Amino acid sequence: MKREASLLEVQNLTTYYELPRGYVKAAENINFNVKVGEALGLAGESGCGKTTVALSIVRLLPPEGRIMGGKCLFKGVDIVKLPEEEVRKKIRWKGISIVFQGAMNALNPVYRIGDQIVEAITTHEDVSEEEAIKRAEKLFELVGIDPSRLDNYPFEFSGGMRQRALIAMALACNPDLIIADEPGTALDVIVQAQVLKLLKSLKEKLNLAVIMISHDLSMIAETCDKIAIMYAGRIVEYGDIVKVFKRSLHPYTQGLIGAFPSIKGPRMRMISIPGSPPNLLNPPPGCRFHPRCKYAMDICRKEVPEFIEIEPEHWVACHLVSKK
Amino acid sequence: MAKDIIIAKNLKKWFPLRTGLLSSILKKEQFFVHAVDGISFNIKKGEIFALAGESGSGKTTTGRLLVRLIEPTDGVIIYDGKDITKLSQKEFMPYRKKLQIIFQDPYESLNPRMLIYDIIAEPLTIHGFSEKEKEERVFKALEDVRLVPPQEFIFRFPHELSGGQRQRVAIARALVLNPEFIVADEPVSMLDVSIRAEILNLMFELKEKYGMTILYITHDLALARHICDSIAIMYLGKIMEMGSVDEVINEPLHPYTEALIEAVPVPDPEASRIETVLKGEIPSPVNPPSGCRFHTRCPKYIGDICKAKEPKLTEISKGRYVACHLYSSK
Repeated sequence: MKREASLLEVQNLTTYYELPRGYVKAAENINFNVKVGEALGLAGESGCGKTTVALSIVRLLPPEGRIMGGKCLFKGVDIVKLPEEEVRKKIRWKGISIVFQGAMNALNPVYRIGDQIVEAITTHEDVSEEEAIKRAEKLFELVGIDPSRLDNYPFEFSGGMRQRALIAMALACNPDLIIADEPGTALDVIVQAQVLKLLKSLKEKLNLAVIMISHDLSMIAETCDKIAIMYAGRIVEYGDIVKVFKRSLHPYTQGLIGAFPSIKGPRMRMISIPGSPPNLLNPPPGCRFHPRCKYAMDICRKEVPEFIEIEPEHWVACHLVSKK
Repeated sequence: MAKDIIIAKNLKKWFPLRTGLLSSILKKEQFFVHAVDGISFNIKKGEIFALAGESGSGKTTTGRLLVRLIEPTDGVIIYDGKDITKLSQKEFMPYRKKLQIIFQDPYESLNPRMLIYDIIAEPLTIHGFSEKEKEERVFKALEDVRLVPPQEFIFRFPHELSGGQRQRVAIARALVLNPEFIVADEPVSMLDVSIRAEILNLMFELKEKYGMTILYITHDLALARHICDSIAIMYLGKIMEMGSVDEVINEPLHPYTEALIEAVPVPDPEASRIETVLKGEIPSPVNPPSGCRFHTRCPKYIGDICKAKEPKLTEISKGRYVACHLYSSK
């Protein structure tokens, strides 16, 4: 990996979930970096490990989650090795914020939205309640909600507004990086476009770095600078977004892109990838995609392909490619 | 020239709003959710007709009205030339075989306590088929949806199958009575992206094989564009625009259609981005805006006429309809 000013550098991160019957190998040897003000799309379907990676970074894994190895360097400091107190005081909300999937439904229904944001601010920073309220008002303006609506309860907000309120909350302590897990799910197309536009403008105005987790490649294509495609716990392709889209090398990436019909351009037959993702308690040996890959060779069944930089800013893990 | 297999005329469905006991005593008015508020359209035999719109547009309600899962408040449904709107449940029974529905959620639409065989055989049981006929048809349906060998699936429970397999079971269940018309309500939106095409291609092949007609309900315009023949765009219970999918998507006329298309993200990082996004949110269907329902958000608002008078869905060229004052001839 290039040693430039990376805000977040994930190196060989491996996270498993410990169950009575064994380890679920949810994420293995994850490598990527995010620079200041950069947007990375973490793409993949359900069960590929993208949320596990996000939770590992902010150390919010459930009790069964274990970071088995690797580093998450945030401004040079390894989050994985920090004590919980430090993570809570210095990293969460202030350094890295996370907007969970479907969080708009997880807002506490019996408290006003304003109170929830103020609580977030006063818990993590030494400011008075008045100060916090003023900040909350500014945040609402930033995300395009009338500040007077801080007094509303969550049920008085529509889905799109709740999503924006959550983004406001995530920005409450001026983080450098925001992780948005499926920010468009359960939102209508137009509202989704509004939220994406908001994220893009926040990225510009605040020089905010973003990790956008999504199964929707179109959404990632619209907003991100880089993309990492995950399959069955591993990154199969990673790099500059234009390079990955225009010259996708991994068969899974190609299949995934082919599964997203475009509203523009000529009508095409949609591609699908037969089969389904493997059970991560007992993943297949070698390349985890080989059971579904039409190009699978013998070596694919035996050896895990190496993550190779095939051209500047474009990495792929595939025996087909490394052979050349 | 294919004939119209379904004609809907001024179809309405208003749901009474439930209020608390006190309010029902004190308030004299009854409020309604205007879910479907007077829509008319024709579906040709053999086509895949998309009913597209955002949440609250009335598309799911319309689908259920057509198969009479719920009864219309007003309007007429004509199936294959016959008015089926007011038929009694008994008179309607033979039509239930011809009109089937596939739901969105493969995790909710199959009874978790029934074996796959029983789930698919249930419609046959209701319509009085013999055990032998049931067995034949269930096996055939499983083969049609490529859950083979059938013996491997018939004794399983839904929880033992993946989402994609469950949806195939839902399709098999819909096929088993040899229907002519199927309402598919967002059948792939809850499935993983990489297997959606498989299910859609399967549905398309079966449609061709059995000469069926499909009403495809979706919020995903990009998908509709690739698999459907005609499309109707709904907003707050009304149809805003209708026509062949190529015309409507490539040359949208209604400002709402334009806004919807512009909002759809494109899987191409180099595509030029439109910077304007429609503002605001969908108004409440309990109290829809006066005149044209879209006037509160319309970027091409002309003036008082949009607020005062509801534009009629007018045929402005063959098969092409739009409800907008921008296009009404004076």
